[in-house]
Amino acid sequence: MLELRSVSHRYGQTDTLTKVSLKLNSGGIGCVLGPSGCGKTTLLRCVAGFESLSEGEVSVGGRTMASRHIHVPAEARHIGMVFQDYALLPHLTCLENVLFGLHKLPREIAMSTAEDVLEKVELSAYRSRYPHELSGGQQQRVAIARALAPKPALLLMDEPFSNIDASMRSELGGQLKELLSALGTTALVATHDHQDAFALADSVGVMREGYVVQWDTAYNIYHRPVDRFVAGFVGRGVWLPGRMLSETEVEIEIGVATGIVTSEFSIDTEVDLFLRPDDVVHDDASSLQAKVLKRRFSGSEFLYELELPSGARLLSSVPSHHNHAIGESIGIKLETDHMVLFAREPTNGPSG
Amino acid sequence: MVSTAIRRPSSRRSSTTRISSFFYRSIIALIAIVAGAPIIVATLALFVDTGDIWQHLLVHVLPEALKNTAWLVAMVAILTAILGVSLAWLVSVYEFGGRRFFNWALLLPMAMPAYVMAFAYSSLFEFTGPVQTFWRDILGNPFDFPDIGARWASIATLSLVLYPYVFLIVRGAFASQGLRSLEVAQSCGLSPIRGFVRVSLPMARPFIIAGVALAVMESLADFGTVKTFNYTTFTTAIYQAWYGLFSLNAALQLSLVLIAIIFVALVLERYLRGEAMYTSSGTHAVRGRIRLSRRYAWFASGFCGAVLLVAFLVPAALIVQWSAATFTGEFDQRYWQFAANSLMLATLAATLITVVALILAYAVRRDDGRFAALQARIATLGYAIPGTVLAVGFFVPVAALSRAMNDYFGWHGGETIALQGGLLVILLAYLSRYLAVAHSPVESALSRIKPGIEEASRGLGVSGLGMLRKVHMPILSPALITAALLVFVDIMKELPITLMTRPFGWDTLAVRIFQLTTEGEWQRAALPAVAIVLVGLLPIYLLNRQNENA
Repeated sequence: MLELRSVSHRYGQTDTLTKVSLKLNSGGIGCVLGPSGCGKTTLLRCVAGFESLSEGEVSVGGRTMASRHIHVPAEARHIGMVFQDYALLPHLTCLENVLFGLHKLPREIAMSTAEDVLEKVELSAYRSRYPHELSGGQQQRVAIARALAPKPALLLMDEPFSNIDASMRSELGGQLKELLSALGTTALVATHDHQDAFALADSVGVMREGYVVQWDTAYNIYHRPVDRFVAGFVGRGVWLPGRMLSETEVEIEIGVATGIVTSEFSIDTEVDLFLRPDDVVHDDASSLQAKVLKRRFSGSEFLYELELPSGARLLSSVPSHHNHAIGESIGIKLETDHMVLFAREPTNGPSG
Repeated sequence: MVSTAIRRPSSRRSSTTRISSFFYRSIIALIAIVAGAPIIVATLALFVDTGDIWQHLLVHVLPEALKNTAWLVAMVAILTAILGVSLAWLVSVYEFGGRRFFNWALLLPMAMPAYVMAFAYSSLFEFTGPVQTFWRDILGNPFDFPDIGARWASIATLSLVLYPYVFLIVRGAFASQGLRSLEVAQSCGLSPIRGFVRVSLPMARPFIIAGVALAVMESLADFGTVKTFNYTTFTTAIYQAWYGLFSLNAALQLSLVLIAIIFVALVLERYLRGEAMYTSSGTHAVRGRIRLSRRYAWFASGFCGAVLLVAFLVPAALIVQWSAATFTGEFDQRYWQFAANSLMLATLAATLITVVALILAYAVRRDDGRFAALQARIATLGYAIPGTVLAVGFFVPVAALSRAMNDYFGWHGGETIALQGGLLVILLAYLSRYLAVAHSPVESALSRIKPGIEEASRGLGVSGLGMLRKVHMPILSPALITAALLVFVDIMKELPITLMTRPFGWDTLAVRIFQLTTEGEWQRAALPAVAIVLVGLLPIYLLNRQNENA
C-alpha cells in the first residue's frame, strides 16, 4: 500500500532523512518512533507532499507520488493528515471542519458523510461547537474525523497523543486502533513514545538522525533490537558485561542468565547483556543481595534502583506489597526469558 | 511564617482598603474625564444655536465633507487591505530574493508623516515640477498630463503611508498560521490558491480588520494630507470653521458629527471582527517557507520593491535632495528655534503622558480589579479622536474657565494668556490623543509583575520604596522608555493639535512644514521634513528589534 524506497531529504545543508525504506500493507498501522529531531515528522511530510525528496521514491497504492523528478502536489495525493496541533480551522464549527475536506462531493452526500464520520468518533452531539469549545481529546477526534471523511487511501498522524493527558492516552489509543481497523484504513503514525507505538502499530520503525534503524513488529523491536540505541529507546534497562557459556546462557557478575538470545554468539564471546526491570525479580529467599538506592512508586509496583556489592547497578520492578526502604538490602534473582545481547565493543566499555 | 507576618488585622485592612480604593478610583475617574472631555464638550455644543453659520455649513460644507470623507475612508480601507495583506503574505509564506530586507523595510513608510509624502509628490508632479517639465520639454506634451485630482491624490498618499499598519498586524498572523493553514487546505484536497482564499484569509480576518481599522482611524484623523491637496474633509472643515469663520461652536458641531462617524466605525469594526482574535489551536508554527520558482520570485521581489520605492524611497530621496539644495538658505538660527520648540514640546508631553499612563496602570492595579476591563478603554478613548477635534474640544472649556477666572478675580488682558494661550490646552490634547500609545507598553510591563513577585520580595524583606526601586523600576524602566519614546516621536510628527493650540511663538518643525507647504514652497519644507522622518525611524527600529526577539 505505502512504500518508501531509499527516500532522502535535505533541509539546507542538513540531511534530515537518509535512505529511508519501509513498506506498509493495506489496512496496516505503522509507527515511526524516535526522539525529537530524528526526522519522523519530515518523513510524514514527505509522504504527505509538503516536502520534496532529494532522492528515492514514495508510492501509495502502486502510484508513484514522489521521486527525484515527480512531485504530485499534496492536494492531489488523497492522503489524510492529522497535524500535531490538530490545525482545526478556528472559524468553523466541528461539522464544518469535517465538511471542509468534502468540498468535491454534492452537498447532501457531503453532509451525510460528515454526519456519519462524526458519529463514528462519537462527536455528533458536538457538531455545532467551535474548536475552542472542545476538550483536547475531542479536538483530536475532530481532526481525525476531518482527515478520514474523504476516505483517504492513507492516513498520516503526527504525534497524535502529544496534547493528551497521560491518563487518557491508552484509552484513546485503543479507540483509535479500533476505529482504524473498523474502517480498514492504512495509517502511518509518528510518535516519540514507545508505549503509544506498541499499543497502536503493527509495524514500528525506530528512527535516529534521519535513518530508520529498524523496521519491524513491535515484539521484535522490543525483544530483538538491532542495536543498543533501539534497545535503550524502547524501555529502560542497564547494560552488564558478561561471557557466553552456551548458546542460551550468559555468565554475568550476579550469576547465569538463561533465555532466547537476539543473535547467536560462540562460547566465550565477551558480550553486554541488556537487563530490563522485569528481568530482575525480587525473591526474599535468594542469597543474592542488593541494596536499594532509589525507588519510585507507581501504584501497582515499585521500580527499585539497586546497587550490587561490586558497585554495578540494576533496575527491578517489584509488586508494590514489597515495600523496602532506601538503604535496605533485598534478595533478587534473574528471570530472563529473552536476552538482548551485543558483542562487547573493543574500545568502548559497556554503556547504557 | 511569611504569610502571618504580612497579614494585617482584618478590621484595619478593610477600612484602609476602602479608603485607598476610593482614592485610586478617583484617579482613574479623573483621567477618564480628562481623556473624554472633548466628547462631552462637543455634545454640549449641540445645544448652542450658531444660526447662520450652521446653515452655511449644512448647505455648503457638510455634504461635501461627508462625501469626501466617505470616499477617502472606503478607498483607503480597500487599498491598505490589498497592499498590507498581499505584502504580509509574500514575506511570511514565501522565500525570495530580498525577503528578509523587505520584511522590515516595508515598515519604513510609517516613519514618513502623510503630509510629508503629500508635499513631496505634490512638488514632483506640479505643473512646474520635474515630471511635468520633462513631459512637456522632452516628450513634447503627447497629450495633456493626466490630473488625478485631490481625491485620488489624498487616497493614494494615505494608503501608501498607512498600509504598514495592516502589514504589521497581518504579518504576525500569517507568520504563526500562514503555512499551516495552507497545508491543512492541501491535506483536504484544496490547491494553494483556493487554500489561501478559503482558509488563510478567513483565519486572518480579525487581524486584517484590526489593521484596516487603524488605517481608517488614521485617515479620519488626517489633516495635513487633505489640507495639502485641498480636499475638504471633516478635519479641514473643523479647522476652517475655527480659523476661517471664527466659530468655535460650529467647529464643535462638526466635531460631533465626526465623533459620531468614528463611533460607527468602531462599532462596525467590533462587529466585523467577531468574537475573538483567532489563535491557531496549537503552538507549532511550521518552520521554513515555500521557495518560489525563479519567475515568481522575481515577481515577488519586484512587487515589494515597487511598493517600497513609491511609498518611501522616492519621497525620501526627494526631500533629502531638496534639503541639500536649500540647506544654505534654510539652515539658520530660526531652524534651530523650530527644532528646539519641537523637542521641548515632545519631551514635555512624552514625560507627562508616560507618568499619567503609569499612574493609570498603577491605580487600576491597586484597585480591586473591577476597573481592569475599563482601563484600556479609558486610555484609548482619545486615540480614536482626531487632533482637530481634540484641539477645539480642549480649547473651548479652558478658554471658558479662564474667562470665568478673569471675571471672578477682576483680571484683564495679559493674565488670560496663562491658561488660554499657554501650554495647558496643547498638553491636555496631546495627553488625550497619545495616552493609549504610552499606556500599552506600560500596562503590559506592569502585568508581568505578578502578585507572586511582590509577595516573594516581601517575604525576602523588601517592601515599600525598596520594592519600587529593586523590583518595579528594573522591570518597568525599559517599558517606560519605550512608551516615552513612542509618544515623543508621535508628537514630533503631530500637526493639527500643534498647529491649532500651540502657544504664541511656538512654531515647531511640523508647523513650519505646514506653513511652507500652504504657501507652495515645497522644496523649502524638505529640511524640517528630513528631521522628522529621521526621528520617525526610531520606533521602526524598536519594532523590528522586538520582532526579532519574539
